[in-house]
Amino acid sequence: MQQIINFIIRNKTFLLFLLLFSISILFTIQSHSYHRSKFINSANFLTGGVYNTANNLSQYFNLKSQNKILSEENNRLKSLLFNSNNTTDSTFVDSTSFNKQYKFTSANIIRNSYAGTDNILLINKGIKDSIKEDFGVITSKGILGIINKTSTNYATVISILNTTSNISAKLKKTDHFGSLKWDAKNPNITQLTDIPKVANIKVGDTVVTSGLSSIFPKGINIGIVENFELDQAENYYEVNVKLFNDMTNIEHVYIIENIDIEEITNLLNSN
Amino acid sequence: MNSVISLNGIRFLVLVLVQVLICNHINFMGYINPYLYILFIILYPTKNNRSLFIFLSFLLGLTIDLFSDSGGIHAAASVFIAYARPLILRSSFGVQYENYAIKFDNVEFGSKISYITFLTIMHHIIFFSLEIFSASKIILVLQKTLFSSIFTILLSILITIIFSRKT
Repeated sequence: MQQIINFIIRNKTFLLFLLLFSISILFTIQSHSYHRSKFINSANFLTGGVYNTANNLSQYFNLKSQNKILSEENNRLKSLLFNSNNTTDSTFVDSTSFNKQYKFTSANIIRNSYAGTDNILLINKGIKDSIKEDFGVITSKGILGIINKTSTNYATVISILNTTSNISAKLKKTDHFGSLKWDAKNPNITQLTDIPKVANIKVGDTVVTSGLSSIFPKGINIGIVENFELDQAENYYEVNVKLFNDMTNIEHVYIIENIDIEEITNLLNSN
Repeated sequence: MNSVISLNGIRFLVLVLVQVLICNHINFMGYINPYLYILFIILYPTKNNRSLFIFLSFLLGLTIDLFSDSGGIHAAASVFIAYARPLILRSSFGVQYENYAIKFDNVEFGSKISYITFLTIMHHIIFFSLEIFSASKIILVLQKTLFSSIFTILLSILITIIFSRKT
């Protein structure tokens, strides 16, 4: 016993180093696996507060470009609204009375990140605004990611620019679906894998969400086909998709809540 | 003694804020960021309580990790260079450092550069291997290490010159 204590005292620096180093490695391994519970995330009072304060200042610098993006979106929605043929019944103006499947919440990105391999964003809405894990996040141009951790006022988003992210997507033209991943090389290009060989795919085709995962509604824009090739087994295409979003310049986002998600998961689990 | 504690405390806070609010968003050429916070480990007094120093480095790394949602990669790299620092000190400044405390403002410029370079490269190799976490992407690790190291070393030397209080 005496010897063990002596050993610990003699090597206390090395043992402390070993302890702290293994704790950090543990955190690292946890952060590399999708959706594991981890203590180290930026959706908390301290880091969220610091980023929010910094963002309050820095958002003035790109007001002009963000306003342009928003007015472009308004323009698109206006032209959709006034060119649609179906005349809506004006008695149903109150949109809350509809029994709709998706609920939208707007939010601001207060920390953007796109240079690493596992990029995680921070938004300024949290549990207080009834944001929960696994809600989808989109911008006016295309999809952005999925909510990971929430705190009272903030939430983290797993960006599509994250090597652990995996989103179901399909070709708009032919309805063949595959999964959207990222190889950590270029923040404008993501990879769509598992598109079957029979799909008649062309450069410039639009890629949209498939709606299979019940996180995103069907048909949200993702990007266009940049180039494609067969994988090693020559059964599936590997497609490089150029994103519609400029991931380096994102400010206003929408959070999508699927109200039926509980019903869907219950149904799937009961089988 | 009190001034040493307050100086390092202020340095800790300032470096964390500079790192998370400025350096993490530079993204020069798409992905090159300097990791300036290791200046805290570089400039920490050499006559010290080693356990406390290692623990403080861990805390520093963990704070940066908290802000950048990166698990424990900053903490691991910081703890490692804090543990390995005496070795680097000996190889850069010779055995003389053990006899009296080094004043980083008054040392020879060449040994200071080699000291900062060794620590930075060691930190960045561990940092990027853990960040990318895949043996098949070793080229990407080395590439990121090289470019970010150059950036960090240049900025670190610049800052130590600007803020030096030569007597």
